[in-house]
Amino acid sequence: MLTVIPAAVYVLAAYAFIYLPVVVLVIFSFQDGRLPVPPFKGVSLRWYHEVFSDSDLMEALVNSVMVGVVSATLATVLGFLAAHALARHRIPGAVVFQWLLMAPLSVSYLIIGIGLLITFTATGMPKSLLSVVIGHVVINLPLAFGICYSQLGGHQVSAERAARDLGAREWQVLALVSVPMMWPAIAASFFLSFTLSWDEFIIAWLVTRFDVTLPVEIWSLLRSGLDPTTNAVGTVVFAISMALVIVMELFVFRRKTRA
Amino acid sequence: MNRRGLAGWVLLAPALLWVMAFFVVPFAVMALYSVWRREGTQLVREPSLVNYETFLDKSYLLDALFNSLEITAITVVLSVLFAYPLAYILAFLVPRRWQRLGLILAILPFWTSYLVRSYSWLLVLSENGVISQTLVTLGLLSETMSFANSNGATVLGFVHFFTMLLALTIYANLVQISPNYRRAAEDLGASRLQSFIHVVLPLSLPGIMIGAFITFVLAIGDYVTPQILGGNRELVMPQAILLQVQRRADFPMASAMSLVLMLVISAVFLASARWLKMDRV
Repeated sequence: MLTVIPAAVYVLAAYAFIYLPVVVLVIFSFQDGRLPVPPFKGVSLRWYHEVFSDSDLMEALVNSVMVGVVSATLATVLGFLAAHALARHRIPGAVVFQWLLMAPLSVSYLIIGIGLLITFTATGMPKSLLSVVIGHVVINLPLAFGICYSQLGGHQVSAERAARDLGAREWQVLALVSVPMMWPAIAASFFLSFTLSWDEFIIAWLVTRFDVTLPVEIWSLLRSGLDPTTNAVGTVVFAISMALVIVMELFVFRRKTRA
Repeated sequence: MNRRGLAGWVLLAPALLWVMAFFVVPFAVMALYSVWRREGTQLVREPSLVNYETFLDKSYLLDALFNSLEITAITVVLSVLFAYPLAYILAFLVPRRWQRLGLILAILPFWTSYLVRSYSWLLVLSENGVISQTLVTLGLLSETMSFANSNGATVLGFVHFFTMLLALTIYANLVQISPNYRRAAEDLGASRLQSFIHVVLPLSLPGIMIGAFITFVLAIGDYVTPQILGGNRELVMPQAILLQVQRRADFPMASAMSLVLMLVISAVFLASARWLKMDRV
């Protein structure tokens, strides 16, 4: 009992600290007034109405989903193929390639973004959503590769060998045996990549100009200071991220633990 | 075998080319730019170390580096101190079936947008914000004041974010420690405190170190939290770098400073490498 009470107090205090900004954000997104700070003047949905009728925000939201889906798909496909190559094929210097594929993980997004900005500017490539996709594949490829590589264990080798013995071609082994067996790792790579792309700001900010992603659009909202519209956008983004996490938990990790 | 060898290369090539084209090449371009310089609006393509010299000469640039190091160090220490008890309680004092829920609850706000999370702290810390108004209502403050726009606000925003991350890595490490070690220590007459200091703490060091290192890397490279919460009075390194990019369009200087930042991160990595045994987490 002597340790339980202080422990419970500590946990509650920690949760209070962790949840304080989120709760304030959500509560004041319903503020019936111009300022998202106390006193709370009553419940209103006008800021949500404002968000959903703001065409810039909605466009940015669509852009973010597109960039997320395309970059997560590319990162997952490239990462999976590379993991398969290094885990299953004899490639001289495999350790070097493994190291090279993981390298972007050790560099700050800011520095990756500035490198891309300077390179794109020097080669005359215009700022666009395509540049964001390129940058997001760079940051997510190591994760997708790492996840797939760590899950390409020995237990699939015999199934692949059996398929090969039965006359399957290399691409058939890959598509009909390896991919279905690796499904949980592939799905985890995709969802993690999408989530990181969805929230990524600094690279997207550096390499876009006219068409932007949602975090970049939110950044320009932040310049206007405290504004309940920003609270409402933040709450919507939180809700979408939560939905993603729940989907991931239910369909990816549940499957993995059952298997 | 030969055909399979070729197949391996075909599978590896796309990822490798992507990393070469969009990571290695930009890096080389940045290194090259860092030894060129900008004069007026002209890019002078002659190798020199003038950007690095400027960085060491101009005190406001060097100060940004020290400010970054200071904020990051305080952040790492506070986050570990705050997250460790939370992870410890979750791992050892909470019944097993509630642990997963407790952990999920502890990291749920992690999924709010990174930008919005910093902005949310502004709602709490600004002049009309929750804390200021609460203190005035309680009579502890005579008039409202702002707690934002300071290094302290930046640290607070960081500690909030990284407490969640560290609780996760430390918890993952703690649950792997076999309860037999603690039982053995207690059978041999160690008090709870002794068993913690001599058994649990050393065994959980790998989790702490990895979490601390990730915290260091992410915090020192972050632009958003210092910009939103810290304001523009005392710049950190990422703010100073972006100042070169945006206000002055000085890509050579920005490149040089980016490489300095990377050098600092690498140095810290090398210094702590022997503690970072990734396989232990």
